[in-house]
Amino acid sequence: MSIEPKSYIHSAANILVHVPELVRYGSKCHSEIEEFGEDFVVQLNQRLRNFDEVVSYAPNQTFIGNLKPEELDKKSQPWFENPIHGSSKEGSFGQILDQSSFYMLLKSADDFDLFMLDSNFIASNYSCDDTTKKIFNSKFLEKGSDIDEIGKQTKLEKTLAIENKGKLVGCFRSDHEKDESLDARILLENLSAKASGAFALNRLLSQESIDPLSVEYIISCSEEAIGDRYNRGGGNLAKAIGEMVGCSNAAAMDVKAFCAAPVYALIHAASLIQSKVVKNVAVVGGGSLAKLGMKAHFHIEKQMPILEDLLGGVAFFLSSDGTEGTPYVNLEIVGHHRIGSASSPQEMIESLVYKPLHKVNLTVFDIDKFCVELHNPEITVPAGAGNVPLVNYKTIAALAVMKNELTKECIQDFIVEKGMPGFSPTQGHIPAGVPYLGYALNALREGSFKRTMVVAKGSLFLGRMTRSADGVSVVVQV
Amino acid sequence: MDDRKVIILGERDGIPGPTIAECLEAAGREIIFQKTECFV
Repeated sequence: MSIEPKSYIHSAANILVHVPELVRYGSKCHSEIEEFGEDFVVQLNQRLRNFDEVVSYAPNQTFIGNLKPEELDKKSQPWFENPIHGSSKEGSFGQILDQSSFYMLLKSADDFDLFMLDSNFIASNYSCDDTTKKIFNSKFLEKGSDIDEIGKQTKLEKTLAIENKGKLVGCFRSDHEKDESLDARILLENLSAKASGAFALNRLLSQESIDPLSVEYIISCSEEAIGDRYNRGGGNLAKAIGEMVGCSNAAAMDVKAFCAAPVYALIHAASLIQSKVVKNVAVVGGGSLAKLGMKAHFHIEKQMPILEDLLGGVAFFLSSDGTEGTPYVNLEIVGHHRIGSASSPQEMIESLVYKPLHKVNLTVFDIDKFCVELHNPEITVPAGAGNVPLVNYKTIAALAVMKNELTKECIQDFIVEKGMPGFSPTQGHIPAGVPYLGYALNALREGSFKRTMVVAKGSLFLGRMTRSADGVSVVVQV
Repeated sequence: MDDRKVIILGERDGIPGPTIAECLEAAGREIIFQKTECFV
């Protein structure tokens, strides 16, 4: 049975935002600073990267579309000691933004005057690229503050000092004395997700010359719990992001499912199109400030740079317009980890990979690439968290051996052919398979791929409501 | 290990806590704590 109409996926954009001086406000770093004080800050500052180091870091070039994962695999490691000189912050489907420009976006996203930013800083940072400037909000940027007043405000309890290149340029305030959900740190996390999400969506629409007014629906798969104390996690960040990007005709909603949310969002978007509710949907995920510097103390211990200094963002665009050869989301091949399923890696991969493929008489060999969680191993391995994509590929291969679909000797070849190295910052939902979509869409259009499968998992147990895990998968094909 | 109580620390991309617990409970062990962590 075929489902008509199809939901074609046209484009994907991946963005990175370099925010070294916000790393201290990441959840783990914040608590380390509370415990160890300035000693930790000194160690942290010594190991922060500059913008050129971030741009020339090979996995980041892969993330924004300039270096295919298979080429990344051939680069000497550690990647942080082998920069690609002459790299650009502009990617074929992405962009890396510097901290100053991000502060301008943060102020542009600030409807409630939470972020006081030095008026001199604002005046000297208008010279951003034209695409990013599209979402600068001149009304908000006109409300720059006096640096002496900012200095006074930073003395107040619960106000966060915001620095650029070691110099105070702003401060971020709480918006309620007693509501922890409106605390400065939480609001900074939320506004950073909004601003980086808007940056990703704007980049997507600009690179594909899509008129923001033509977007009918936006789904945000960002992780932050937007809301006050009575509505923690209430959400609809999608609407705030769409508003910032000028998508005035769009309806919007959030999909939340931990790190699996982008793949659920992709399936929801395709479903809305195929059921003819709307003709197009933009999916967007903003970055997670809480996860900045999550493993910084391991990186300090190992005398490495602080690699978790980036907010990540993804966006993709689906519509009912397409022809033969246009990649589409195949809703007949969706894998779900069901409530009664066990959480073992074996059961998870069985549910997400084998069951949906076997249901339509396909095998793992009918998939050209598996896009699993693409966490950069250079970040996770030194922290003892293992090589996440490799573990997933090994599990897929091992199950194929158990099913007599693959011989044990061929496991390594299978992993090389069907897998890829991780290249995404450890931003939770951002690595969830979808950063490969830009490459996948190119290969599908060119005819070198026929099918790719996006596989994501979610750590539901972190919320303390269930011990269960979660996962979801879908095939994108021509 | 016969009389010992068991503390389980599972890992999301390795073996989750409930899976280890199920095996050890089936082997008659007493689980006094189990937790699964996610490091990404």
